[in-house]
Formats: sequence, C-alpha cells, structure tokens
Amino acid sequence: MATATTSAKVKWGFLDAVVVVFALIPVLWIASLSFKTTPTLTDGNFIPRDWTLDNYKLIFQTDQFVRALINSIGIALIATAIAVVLGTMAAYAISRLDFPGKSLLVGVSLLIAMFPQVSLVTPLFNIERNIGLFDTWLGLILPYITFALPLAIYTLSAFFKQIPWDLEKAAKMDGATQGEAFRKVIAPLAAPGVFTTAILVFIFCWNDFLFAISLTSTERSRTVPAALSFFTGASQFEDPTGAISAAAVVITIPIILFVLFFQRRIVAGLTSGAVKG
Amino acid sequence: MSISSTTPAASQAAEQQAVPRQRRRRAELSEGKKQERKLGWLLCAPAALVMVVVTAYPILYSFWLSLQRYDLKFPQDRQFIWFENYVTVLTNGYWWTAFGVTLLITVVSVAVELVLGMGLALIMHRTLVGRGLVRTSALIPYGIVTVVAAFSWRYAWTPGTGYLANLFAPEGAPLTERASALAIIILAEIWKTTPFMALLLMAGLALVPDDLLKAASMDGASWWQRFTKVMLPVMKPAILVALLFRTLDALRVFDNIYVLTNGANETSSVSMIAYNNLIKGLNLGIGSTMSVLIFLTVAIIAFIFVKLFGTAAPGASEEGRR
Repeated sequence: MATATTSAKVKWGFLDAVVVVFALIPVLWIASLSFKTTPTLTDGNFIPRDWTLDNYKLIFQTDQFVRALINSIGIALIATAIAVVLGTMAAYAISRLDFPGKSLLVGVSLLIAMFPQVSLVTPLFNIERNIGLFDTWLGLILPYITFALPLAIYTLSAFFKQIPWDLEKAAKMDGATQGEAFRKVIAPLAAPGVFTTAILVFIFCWNDFLFAISLTSTERSRTVPAALSFFTGASQFEDPTGAISAAAVVITIPIILFVLFFQRRIVAGLTSGAVKG
Repeated sequence: MSISSTTPAASQAAEQQAVPRQRRRRAELSEGKKQERKLGWLLCAPAALVMVVVTAYPILYSFWLSLQRYDLKFPQDRQFIWFENYVTVLTNGYWWTAFGVTLLITVVSVAVELVLGMGLALIMHRTLVGRGLVRTSALIPYGIVTVVAAFSWRYAWTPGTGYLANLFAPEGAPLTERASALAIIILAEIWKTTPFMALLLMAGLALVPDDLLKAASMDGASWWQRFTKVMLPVMKPAILVALLFRTLDALRVFDNIYVLTNGANETSSVSMIAYNNLIKGLNLGIGSTMSVLIFLTVAIIAFIFVKLFGTAAPGASEEGRR
C-alpha cells in the first residue's frame, strides 16, 4: 500500500468506477427519460433512441412549472440568507464568547436537528391557516430557517474555531483600525466557511418536500419538488413522465454545479460540522 | 454584516479590559465579563428565538390539539376528549403496520449504509487515483432532491418504461407488491444517504494516525486486523454520530415512499399516515396525536443513543473538547 504499484492503481481505479457508476445511474436515467420523444418514452431503453427537447419546451411554457421554479429559487435564497446571518451571529458567540446558556443553545439546536419534521406539520398547518401564513412564501421560509439553523450553527462554529483570531489583534497593533482589521483580516478568513454553509443550507431548503406539500395549496408558493408530484395526471400533460423528468433535471442542475465547483468545500463543511461540533 | 463587524471589537475590548487590570480592579473585570455575556446572548437571541418559536410552541400546541376531537370537516363537533385519540391511534392496525414498516426501513437501510458507507469512506480517503472524481460523484446522491431521485427509481421499476422492471420477474410490477416495493424504497434510501454516512465516517478516518497503521503493518497485522484493531476503535465516536444522525433521519422517511408507492400495499411509514390524516383526512386531532407519538418515539430513541454512548454524542463532545 505504501508504494503506488500499477496493480494497486488498477484496483483502486476499479473501485472508483463502481462508486461513480452507482452514484450516477439514477441521474443519467432521469436525464435520458427527459430527452426521449413521447413514442419512445416507454421503450425501456437506457439511452434514448430519439432525442428531443420537447419536454423542456413544454414545461417552460406552463405556468405550473415556471411559477414553482420561481418559488423554489426565491424561498430557498431568502431562507438561506436569513439562516446564514442568524447562524453566523450565534456561531460567533458560541466559538468566541463565554456566556451561561451556551451549552443549552448547542443542545437545543442538536435536538432540532433530530426533530421529526412531520410532528410539526399538523400544528404548523393549523397555526399558519389561522394567522394567514398558509400557502405563502413566509410560511415555508420560517420552518426552513428553523431546520437549517442547527446545520448552519454547527458548521460555522467548527469553521470559526479554526480561525486564528490573534491575527486581528496583531493587525490592530500594526495600526489597522477595527474596521480594517475586520475587513482585511477576519472577513477573508471567515468567508469560505460562511460560503460553504450557505451552499449546505441552500441544498437543504431546495430539497424539502414534506413542508412544501403540506403548507402550500396553490401555485402561489408551491416549490418544484411539491409541484412535481402534482404533474401526475394534470390535464395539460397527456403523459407526465417526460415533463416530470425534464423538470427533475432542471432542479438537479444547480446541485450538480455546486458539487462540481465546490466539492472540496462541501466535503470539508459536512465533515467538520457534523463530527467536530 | 454590520453586527459581526462590531462584535470582535466588543469582545476584544472586554478581554483587553479584563486581562491586564485583573489584579487591581475586580469590578471592571466583572464589567467586561458582563459585557461579554450580554453580547453572547444578544448574538444568539435571534437564532434561539426562531428555533423555539417554530418548534417548541407548535409541539405544545400539537399536544393540546391531540386531546381534542377536531376534524376540519366537522368543526362544530370540536370537543375536549382527554386521551381518547391516543387510544384510537394505538389500537389501530394501520398505525402499527406503519410503525413496523418505519422500523424495518430504518434498521435495514442504516445497517446496509453503515457497511457501504464504511467502504465508500475508505475509497474516498485512501484511493490512489481519481480522488476528486470519486468525491464529486459521491456528493451527487447527497445533494440531489430526494423527490427527483425517487421519480428516477419509480420510472426505472415501472413495467414498460423502466430498465429495471423486468430484472427479477418478466411480468412483474415490483412497485405493486409489498415485499419488492419495500425493498425498492430501502434501495432508494440507501442510494441517497450512503454518501452522507460515508462523509461522517471519513471525518473519523482522518483521525486515524498513519504511523499507527504503519507500525501495525510492520508488526505483521493483516489488513483485517489493522481495520478492526486500529481503525475502528479510533473511529468509534464518528461511527456513533453517523449512526445517530442517520437513524433519526431514516425514521422520518417520507419523500421516497410518497413518490414510489404513495403508501399503497401497506408501505406507509408513520410520517406518511400522519400526513394523510392531515391533508386527506383533515383530522387535526388524530393527526396531532400521531405527531406527538412520532416525536416521543424519536425522543426515546435519541435518549437511548445518548445514554448508551455517553460522551460520544455530539452535544457532549462539544463540551469534552475544551
């Protein structure tokens, strides 16, 4: 194992290939379905015999999908921004300051990370109906922030603990003002952690299905994962398979981009946040 | 950003005040401490407030609703009935079937994921070629929207459309038979979450010192001995954290079942029947009862984990590390 012999390389190469195939097949399959023409949709072939973009043209012509996409993007971005700001403040306090109640906060956020979300669906459904938040963006943003906060706090405080805060003091001794010390020393060191956290939180919000189908009822706030399940049997689609596949591919694109460009950061964020606390 | 920009200043000031003058002026030290506390609370307050308002209040409200007969189809029948809803749910066959299905999915998928996740973690950590490629592809199942993956599996197993439908039986429709449908649900869960398990385990693997492995190898330890005697003990905390997170996550299984079978043929999980009771049945009383029961189940399992593994729990390790 110590020296990289050819046979060891081949062995690892083979294992790598197994992982890559296992991970990609379902993604390639749904992409393949989305490019199939209606007659060939049910031929069961893994690779399309006839390629077409009709499914994509179709979904972008329907309000049902376009509205849902706007809802998804808007809700996920707003929830991410708020969760990251609140999480940054809390994580800074947890990693840098000493105050009673700190371990309580860490404990509470851990509890929420494990909380069964379905337990909130019934009460939130009724509360939101009564105060007019049902089927609004805010009605989804609030639970998303709540469940994203533990993730944000854990990941960020792990990152913040690695920042050499003495540098700030050193910068001030060298004559930098407080603002400069923050802007030129601390902010650049903290930015990667905040950015990574934002990606993880966005993926979480983008992914949610349970809240999205329970707390919405119309196109006003229904996100794509929820809208997908209503494509089934909708009158404007004769056979929804192609449309669902195309919509599924569209909402997978941002995930693929994140993973391609920020693989290192996502891995670092998940491993440091979850285990090192 | 403006808040974070002032915080280092305040805490720094607090420290500068506190440290050099410690001996001479006790009053000022406590002043600095007080400021630090206040700042800590101030910074944590918004996050804590949101988390408590959106979870604690609804769960208490849920308990209150669970003590009432409350069906939105018959709102005039609303009535306080103590624990009658609990009797109704706990003596109901559907509830226990769903409970069994949830436990089965949880136990099988977490067990398989632990083994596969360990393998994947070893590959991602030690591979000699294409490490970036493996890690990137492994992150795709983690990041992909569960519903999207579930549709992919559904079409793959649908007769006529899918490439997998005739894999085991030429005429079968795997998603319409209970055993095979459950197997497919478990497969979909495993595919989606093995990478997450593997990442948590990889964090543990990174803590295993290379020197220790080399020494064991020189002493003639086989690969298996190095794995069980050196790696596993060092990784134990990471393994427990991964198991805890995944178990509690698996108990929530919903998306895959909703898309793959919609609960047909007794494949509903507890989350599915709670959802159905609410959205299809509009029965807030029964739905809330199920919410409370699921919450209690999760709380008990989490408690057992933390009791069994003590300091290995994430909350505890936070304190132990200081």
